Amino acid sequence: MKFLKLFFAILIFFNFNTLKADEIKIQNKITKNLRCLICQGQSVYDSDSEFAISLKLVVKNKIEEGFSEDQIYKFLTNKYGEWILYDPQFNKNTYILWFLPLLIFLFGGAIILKKLINIKK
Amino acid sequence: MRNRIAYLLLIIFFSFVFLVFYRGLDNSNLYTPKTDVKDIPEFTSKTFFEKKSLNSRDIFNKNNFYLLNIWASWCVPCRDEHPLLINLGKNKKIKIIGLNYKDNFNSAEKFINEFGNPYSIILVDRNGTKAIEWGAIGVPETFLIHKNKIIKRYVGPLNSKLIEEIESYIK
Repeated sequence: MKFLKLFFAILIFFNFNTLKADEIKIQNKITKNLRCLICQGQSVYDSDSEFAISLKLVVKNKIEEGFSEDQIYKFLTNKYGEWILYDPQFNKNTYILWFLPLLIFLFGGAIILKKLINIKK
Repeated sequence: MRNRIAYLLLIIFFSFVFLVFYRGLDNSNLYTPKTDVKDIPEFTSKTFFEKKSLNSRDIFNKNNFYLLNIWASWCVPCRDEHPLLINLGKNKKIKIIGLNYKDNFNSAEKFINEFGNPYSIILVDRNGTKAIEWGAIGVPETFLIHKNKIIKRYVGPLNSKLIEEIESYIK
């Protein structure tokens, strides 16, 4: 019985690790979506530049302060502009970015359709 | 006729591409963030010599002009701009605040003793997080502040032309 109690106590104790693990997971997710502004084509997660190291620390601190993922992105885009995000947010400045591929796809489809109709005739 | 139009379009297209790339040659590799944020961030930092905690509100509280300069003893371009800052520091209309970025105290002190101290206050940023609050990307970087607003930011070392620009602001 004593062994069982000890076993459960240890089990519960080690389960708290998942809380910390979640924090690290979200921190990695956020830093992977941040562009290292002074490196060439690297994310903050991948980079070991002074800027990236500090930014990782800022993200970690913000998570500990209780900031959500969106709030952290908002905080950083306020400081550095939309360019810092690899995955740009959907707003009036990025409508073209999001819709242009779709428009090109539809335009191409229309051309093909027209050609097909012409061939059938 | 159709062929000629196609040629013309091709020439126009390639000229356009050439022009875009040619203009791109002049662009700086250094990314300067475009942000709407003009307010100075609020933060608390330790002062360099006195090791006293100081809030940003207690520093930038007057209608004075302030120049916040992010520097480090290991940063080579900082050495180039340092004499310019010392000269600018003689101007009574502006106060220069230093933010010592990721530096070792002894090296930073040696740097100040060797090259002079243009700063009225030096704040310490041991881990680089304060610089991020300012939206800085590295050293050196300089912010011109008036009435608690950032009116101009300079990424990279200052030169005599930029110092003239700063002087024209504070006239």
